[in-house]
Amino acid sequence: MDIKEILVLSLGVITILSAVYISFSRNLIYSAFMLLVTLCGVAGLYGLLSADFLAGIQILIYVGGILILIVFAVMLTQNISEGKKSNPSRFPLVSLVIGIVFLGGMGYFIWRFPWNNGYFSFKPITTDLGNALLKEYLLPFEVISILLLVGLIGALTIARVSLGNKNKLTKDDEI
Amino acid sequence: MTFFTLNNCIILGLILFSIGAYGVITRRNLLVVLMSLEIMFNAVNLIFLSFNYFLYYQEGRELGQYFVLLVIAVAAAEAAVGLAILVTIYRNRRNVDSDLLKEMKG
Repeated sequence: MDIKEILVLSLGVITILSAVYISFSRNLIYSAFMLLVTLCGVAGLYGLLSADFLAGIQILIYVGGILILIVFAVMLTQNISEGKKSNPSRFPLVSLVIGIVFLGGMGYFIWRFPWNNGYFSFKPITTDLGNALLKEYLLPFEVISILLLVGLIGALTIARVSLGNKNKLTKDDEI
Repeated sequence: MTFFTLNNCIILGLILFSIGAYGVITRRNLLVVLMSLEIMFNAVNLIFLSFNYFLYYQEGRELGQYFVLLVIAVAAAEAAVGLAILVTIYRNRRNVDSDLLKEMKG
């Protein structure tokens, strides 16, 4: 077996198992740490799909940024020692049926369609990506930066304890 | 037996998307809903990259990679705003159970 085959198989299995753990587990902090495994596995798959820059970006933004935010939110809002009470599920059977029907329906047609499956050599992408983002895709790039700025300001405004609302806080609420 | 085909990559993305959708539907804690949303974003990115790699990569076109870059940026903004809302909900109500948020129910 080729090394690429072994890599894609093991990364896929690891990613799916950890994602299953996130969706089915009742302990929040374990879910947050399993998200780390899922994100790293997806980053490895990005690297296999010849997107080396995006694999690095995935590690930087998701693992280094979003996951840290999520872990902070878990620690701020949950009593971690009582993971079972804080994470109940509702109608799991109906959701399981919905998910399996969706997966089976889509997967059946994708499985049957004769896609073009070739092996291609790896090519570093960062130069082309930078050139394209600063030439023909400059407008989406700038729009997305404005969106990020607005999102940051909005998040700060929402999460801030404003001076007028201070009387709502209780004593144990110093977060 | 080759595993590294477009079919298998898309089906891997589909499985991840279904798991994320299951988590979004069935979990009541808003934090786990956000984590499952991140799984769904990753699945969609994976499918974008597989199509780009297997169908357009030989011609030197990389439009899928630009899409993925923009999706990651939007996901970062979404996570920041979502977690800020979550912390505010917790501050006001002392829990983050989505079944208890019924103020806007008609």
